[in-house]
Amino acid sequence: MKTIQVATTINGDAVEFVCAPDEPLLDVLRNRLGLTGAKEGCGTGDCGACTVTLDGRMVCSCLVLGVEVEGAKITTIEGMATGNQLHPLQQAFLDHAALQCGICTPGILVAAKTLLDRNPNPTDTELRYWLAGNLCRCTGYDKIIAAVQDAAQKMRTA
Amino acid sequence: MQYAKPTTAAEAARLLSAASGVTRVLAGGTDVLVQLKAGMVEPDLIVDIKHIPGIRTLQAEAGGFRIGAAVSGAELGEHAALCAAWPGVTEGAQLIGSKQVQGRCSMVGNLCNASPAGDAVPGLVAANATVRVEGPNGTRDVAVHAIPASPGKTTLQKGEIITSIFLPARAPRSSDAYLRFIPRSEMDIAVASAGVNLTLDAAGTITAARVALGAVAPTVLLVDACAKAIIGTKLDATALAALEKAASAACKPIDDKRGTIEFRTKVAGVLARRAAVIAYGRAGGKL
Ligand SMILES: Cc1cc2nc3c(=O)[nH]c(=O)nc-3n(C[C@H](O)[C@H](O)[C@H](O)COP(=O)(O)OP(=O)(O)OC[C@H]3O[C@@H](n4cnc5c(N)ncnc54)[C@H](O)[C@@H]3O)c2cc1C
Ligand code: FES
Ligand code: FES
Repeated sequence: MKTIQVATTINGDAVEFVCAPDEPLLDVLRNRLGLTGAKEGCGTGDCGACTVTLDGRMVCSCLVLGVEVEGAKITTIEGMATGNQLHPLQQAFLDHAALQCGICTPGILVAAKTLLDRNPNPTDTELRYWLAGNLCRCTGYDKIIAAVQDAAQKMRTA
Repeated sequence: MQYAKPTTAAEAARLLSAASGVTRVLAGGTDVLVQLKAGMVEPDLIVDIKHIPGIRTLQAEAGGFRIGAAVSGAELGEHAALCAAWPGVTEGAQLIGSKQVQGRCSMVGNLCNASPAGDAVPGLVAANATVRVEGPNGTRDVAVHAIPASPGKTTLQKGEIITSIFLPARAPRSSDAYLRFIPRSEMDIAVASAGVNLTLDAAGTITAARVALGAVAPTVLLVDACAKAIIGTKLDATALAALEKAASAACKPIDDKRGTIEFRTKVAGVLARRAAVIAYGRAGGKL
């Protein structure tokens, strides 16, 4: 299959890659660009482990073609920390033990940050509905909710 | 497989008409990419319509709204005027998938995927929405109700794409509502659903009604008997009972793991009744 050249922006950096026309963005990130933070849980939009933002919108990168992101702005989990300084959400996940195997964690962090950017003070119900597309087989979710609320509180008072 | 991103509808139509193999139009991709992954389809050509001017814009037109075919669920939900005028249409569209899916999914994709359970479709049918179809033989406006042909099939001809949806101007005291039944609170496919669109007079009597049912037949049903059961009433108990009965009577569902024929038939009636009560209240009626 003929590959196509694509120029895009990822976490603020200009990036060029080639990919096959039917290759999901998730595979491009992981296999061609070494950005393995986004995970493949299902490949069909159900689990949210592959969540990234595309032009400011949260999307499943398994449901986007690599060729579609020409000229777009993408953010991934790799863009969340500032150097060695973890984002408050990342720190809160450590503090609250809000992860076990960690497969779901990058997607949940990207999703939670997208929510807090819009709504710095969500209720637990709003948060749970927002994260309904992010499945976790390990934690039972309560610690994830506690961690996000703790981070939200710290970010509001920062 | 080839990927094309035409910058006019005419070019999209030309590419699709000239293609000899399997083609897929790509809007939000939340059905198309799932089908690719599952190996259900191996297209020779994918036509990404998102670079056609106007296809991602939502604007007022003739007192109503013109919604580009690739406008996402998230964008619909953020449009306050649209949500105020057509709460039933927008709540149906926003039930599709997760926030991630909402970032991409379109109502037209939901319509053209032609699942009888598509959550955007009953609201659009109840609204008497039309779609603008562009193709090798020019442009035509078609009722949303006329697009699905059978599960997975539409009445669009080779080379045709939908470029926008039009929601008409609203008479005073009009509103709509959409309800679906799923076994959990999020992320599932409707077992039965109902969209109801009503107009009232100043005294609260229903002067116009459209009732559409989803997931209870091969395509979404527009049920005239439901409308007749409530037009001329103030949605009293007798009218609601007649509405529920007419809705159940119209169902021709299948038995599957999501629901039995009996369950779907009963629930569609209940949902039609409840959606009518919500739409009536939104239109300013008092029960
Ligand atoms: C995790 C997940 C959850 C979901 N949950 C729901 C749900 O709760 N309810 C529900 O109804 N659906 C659900 N869906 C299905 C899907 O998201 C919807 O059907 C969605 O509206 C499709 O829109 P799209 O823009 O992504 O379509 P695409 O995938 O781009 O296209 C869908 C189909 O329509 C055709 N098409 C698209 N645009 C046009 C056009 N302009 N002209 C002609 N043909 C066109 C395509 O060729 C394709 O056949 C879910 C999907 C996923 C992955
Ligand atoms: S891998 Fe994309 S949603 Fe599961
Ligand atoms: S920590 Fe294992 S899936 Fe969430």
